[in-house]
Amino acid sequence: MDKKILLDVQNLKVEYALKGKKKVSAVSDVSLNVYENEILALVGESGCGKSTLGKAMIRLVPPVSGQLYFKGVRIDDLDTKAFMPYRRQMQMIFQDPYACLDPRMSVRDIVAEPLDTYKICESKEATTQRVTELLEAVGLKEDHLYRYAHQFSGGQRQRVGIARAIALNPAFIVCDEPVSALDVSVQNQILNLMKEIKEQYGLTYLFISHDLSVVRFIADRVCVMFLGKLCEIGDTELIYNDPQHPYTKFLLDAIPKADPTQRRASRLLLPGELPSPVDPPAGCRFHTRCPYATAECKNTEPKMKQVKGRMVACHMFD
Amino acid sequence: MKNTTLLVEHLSASFFTGRGEIKAVNDVSITVPRRSIIGIVGESGCGKSMTARSIMRLLKYPGKIVGGSIRLMGKELTALTDAEMANVRGEEISMIFQEPMTSLNPVMKVGKQVQEAILLHRKITKKEAKEEVLRMFREVGISEPEKRYNCYPHELSGGLRQRIMIAMAMICRPKLLIADEPTTALDVTVEAQILELMKGLRDTVDTSIVLISHNLGVIAEVCDYVYVMYAGQIVEQADTFTLFEDPRHPYTKGLMASVKSLEDKNTVLETIHGTVPNLLELPEGCAFSPRCGEVCENCRQAQSLIEVAPNHLVRCYASKEVQHG
Repeated sequence: MDKKILLDVQNLKVEYALKGKKKVSAVSDVSLNVYENEILALVGESGCGKSTLGKAMIRLVPPVSGQLYFKGVRIDDLDTKAFMPYRRQMQMIFQDPYACLDPRMSVRDIVAEPLDTYKICESKEATTQRVTELLEAVGLKEDHLYRYAHQFSGGQRQRVGIARAIALNPAFIVCDEPVSALDVSVQNQILNLMKEIKEQYGLTYLFISHDLSVVRFIADRVCVMFLGKLCEIGDTELIYNDPQHPYTKFLLDAIPKADPTQRRASRLLLPGELPSPVDPPAGCRFHTRCPYATAECKNTEPKMKQVKGRMVACHMFD
Repeated sequence: MKNTTLLVEHLSASFFTGRGEIKAVNDVSITVPRRSIIGIVGESGCGKSMTARSIMRLLKYPGKIVGGSIRLMGKELTALTDAEMANVRGEEISMIFQEPMTSLNPVMKVGKQVQEAILLHRKITKKEAKEEVLRMFREVGISEPEKRYNCYPHELSGGLRQRIMIAMAMICRPKLLIADEPTTALDVTVEAQILELMKGLRDTVDTSIVLISHNLGVIAEVCDYVYVMYAGQIVEQADTFTLFEDPRHPYTKGLMASVKSLEDKNTVLETIHGTVPNLLELPEGCAFSPRCGEVCENCRQAQSLIEVAPNHLVRCYASKEVQHG
């Protein structure tokens, strides 16, 4: 199959300054491709840098080094004005539907804001018309136009967030934990909507989530992160059915199964604690918790290599 | 009754607000047998946390217990004075919360905080108390207990903080531990560790556990018996295996289907129509009826719990007629 690369991320590195001269490298030297029309999931535990990577990929946080190519054009070095035409093609859906909508703006104004910024519609009436269409596309009604965020439930707010994200007909949407704050029964409504919208508008998603069951359902490919580095990246079913990186194995085994008949007498429990990202372990960052670690793992950082149809960064496969 | 740790009967608790009475807990009965893990599952606002707080008698104004009884090892908790209840809390019954960061004092060493709990209830010296704390730290799987004793909460990871909370809750070896979404703020690998720890404590310390969660996976992994709550009421209760294999209430069925359908990539996900109701604007009769796919004339009347099989109760008129499958 001929897959076209939408976003090419090369050696991306993001650091946050701490007090003094210390730095946390939230994303260190990450390279990956996002293909057109796919849903790529980014999974990992809190603090592994998945949100930072997602934001850096659409230039919401500045990288220290590395390059971004969007449809073949280098975008990381463009100034704000030159970046404008690309910015509108990259949008974001946030985790907390309570925090990401301005409480003093009506839904009409929230969704119209990007349209006004890019002067899409010729008149106010045309803008309102467009907003109404967008609301209908996400399952809301015209009556909702002049309501405020607090008048909606969590699921409806997330629908508003989606309407805002698709207002400019983007190509790429970074979805940062879009259903984590929602109840189970509502979560599925939003996932269905996101899938539907993706087909309808020909979108590509970067789907950041810690919920591994949701990821399995929605993602075409999965990218597993640990402490700012990629461990494993490949087709979702391939990884879920036969994980190769030791960390991926622990992660997938830890998912609680909603079926008491599948209870296990004992589980693979990940030993130890997450190392500090300020002072990450040398060599493979997972070696302090890895039961298979060897001397090599302590000294040299593993490179990504092709293993059983996916990419894995582990010395086991040298 | 010797083998029952906690017996809650017809417990009701309400919030009295300017806009009316909110029945957060509505005629809830729960039995916790000795050495068992009981699950309460439901979505936000269903009353599961309020049930827990009522049992602890920690409801804050304008919330109040309006009826029912709570018996811990035969002792009626609703009849106790506040001072008596304060002695029961921590000693015989304790609680851990979802967010371990907000439940710990940020300016006090964690060891001291746990020590405080035992000094409050036992007449022992500080030195003995410290020994006891370190022993408890080891028991809940805290590595390097001496070093952690002198740490402040912000120096510890989320998983370690939750272990500290569990150590604090367990230090007096209570008969009952109420865990309100204990793993919701944690990562899956840490969640697995904490769940294993709780199972272990049930066996070694002889403590019964009430586990409150919205996550059906967590419930399925550790609970013996499960109560499903919706809009302040229990809508279904059964042992874990029966509940997951043969859910009878349309709401339970909907929840199960929501989770199960995630396993099949190529379908449209099962959903429950609508959203969780506002407790001030509950419909007449069955609270779930506006979202129910099997609604009929009988749903306009208030529903009572019907025993469809031994120890399997369902609050739905239709469950009487439905047979297996």
